[in-house]
Amino acid sequence: MKPAKLWSWIIFAFGAAYFIVPLLATFEFSLRIRREGYTFDAYTSVFSDGRFQASFSYSLLIGVCAIIVGLLIVVPAAYYVRLRAPHLRPIIEFITLLPLVIPAIILVFGYIRMYNTSSALPLLGTNLGTDILLTLAYVALALPYMYRAVDTGLRTIDVQTLTEAANILGANQATIIAKVIFPNIIVAVLSGAFLTLAIVIGEFTIASLLNRQVFGVYMQNVGANRAFEPAALAVISFVITWGAMGMIQLLARFAPKTARRD
Amino acid sequence: MAEEFLRIDKLVKTFGGNQVVKGVDLSFNKGEFVSLLGPSGCGKTTILRMIAGFERPDSGRILVEGKDISGLAPNQRKIGMVFQAYALFPNMNVADNIGFGLKIAGMPKPQREARIEEMLQLIGLSGYGKRYPFELSGGQQQRVALARALAPSPRMLLLDEPLSALDAKIRVSLREQIRQIQRELGITTVFVTHDQEEALSISDRIVVLNTGNVEQFGQPFEIYNRPQTRFVATFVGTLNTLNATVADAGAKTVTLGGTTVTIPALPASARNGEAVALTMRPEAVSLANGATRDIVLDGKVAEVSFLGSVIRLKVDLGDNAVNLDTFNDQRTPPPAHGAPVRIGIASSDVLVLER
Repeated sequence: MKPAKLWSWIIFAFGAAYFIVPLLATFEFSLRIRREGYTFDAYTSVFSDGRFQASFSYSLLIGVCAIIVGLLIVVPAAYYVRLRAPHLRPIIEFITLLPLVIPAIILVFGYIRMYNTSSALPLLGTNLGTDILLTLAYVALALPYMYRAVDTGLRTIDVQTLTEAANILGANQATIIAKVIFPNIIVAVLSGAFLTLAIVIGEFTIASLLNRQVFGVYMQNVGANRAFEPAALAVISFVITWGAMGMIQLLARFAPKTARRD
Repeated sequence: MAEEFLRIDKLVKTFGGNQVVKGVDLSFNKGEFVSLLGPSGCGKTTILRMIAGFERPDSGRILVEGKDISGLAPNQRKIGMVFQAYALFPNMNVADNIGFGLKIAGMPKPQREARIEEMLQLIGLSGYGKRYPFELSGGQQQRVALARALAPSPRMLLLDEPLSALDAKIRVSLREQIRQIQRELGITTVFVTHDQEEALSISDRIVVLNTGNVEQFGQPFEIYNRPQTRFVATFVGTLNTLNATVADAGAKTVTLGGTTVTIPALPASARNGEAVALTMRPEAVSLANGATRDIVLDGKVAEVSFLGSVIRLKVDLGDNAVNLDTFNDQRTPPPAHGAPVRIGIASSDVLVLER
């Protein structure tokens, strides 16, 4: 083996170990709930806990709602910017980056101040209102990822010509987005969706301050009171996130292929 | 008299202070195949896009069968269009692409399927309905794009440089196929191209555009043989230019290479002693045929280009040089480089342009 190649492998192995060793250690620790040997009891305990099921289902529901609302906002906006207002792209990109710059805690304190029970729009006064607010907060949180994913998808197709081709065949704007643009960026959209889901599943700050029992809050509670279950939860959380990433890769194989030019 | 179908009336369009279409007036007949020909930036695509409704004119009107369509959205104009970049929907197979406009129009499925099959037969791609665009060659994709544009039976067809992305051989066969289909359907067609050969070979009439103005509008024969402006003469085909001086304006004679010749096309405005440019196509110049032509000049062969069925010679005439085309004759090899030759030009083939 050539020295350069050997070094590449050494650096790769070092980098891989940096990520894998702590995970393996956490997994190994999660199996040591009994003195007599390795068992999956910590996992059984977590999965049979009613609060796990409730918080996970709730996070999943809010995640799906955030994805739907996010897509309804981002897809038409990114499409419009590409088609009619390319000069606005730097401004839109800056706006979509704001959630990365502004900490979630500032966002949630702003929400509490704006939508408390004595405000003009007392969303925090009801459970439904708080759920809506939480969904919208997650939409904002996922905006940088969702916008970039959709915009990257739009870059791979000739938005203007496809729009014009559909338009002259009689289609209106809504039909063009639904039948022509959306199906051609579906893989990018799903990437954005899974990234959103991964963010929502692990989110703690906003949900905790809005007093919502999401998966992140449940993990924190369990972590404060148990020893082995938090490790099992961490592994479960990683499996979910990696599952979402794996789905993105898998779906990329089914992407509509672009036309061959010859 | 031919029935007027499309009328373009004093059309003006400006982009960022640059007027790209400058009050264009045109009238196309029903069932006619008209090409908009010109160099990049001449306004041909902008005119086509205004007909389609993708651009709104600053002023002027577009009338189809007497009705002003300038205010209508593209999806209300009932026009078919084929784009340079094919623009097939990558997520749909060939049949779905062709049926897209029919589905939007609400055509029931049985009729739609029949129409798709009819269109596939028209473009010679029967059995390709289930294929996706990426599985087709460029020429096949463009044929599908043509079928998709024609499927909803539009009242007019617009072709925006549809052959530019294809290689030379496919380009020629596809343009013949487009023309054949257009004749079969009798659909009024506007074809944008910057390729003069394409425009000359396919069109009923050609609009030659330059810097947003119509330079000439006529049949290919007129455009090529009787160019009305210097731009048309130089843009369409190859042109020889010989520098001459007016000898006697009244008698329409000029001095060319030391000899005085009569030029019937000399304009009445010409004055004695004025420098003029005599222009003619390469095929109007013949070799060793002075007896049948009234302008005879002696020169030397400067270049010989063998083009297969035709041989193009460049002849040095001293002050001037002229290109001439002669058919390849297997029994007579072309003159050698530097060989003295005598050329003949019929004065009736000579056009006079201002210098």
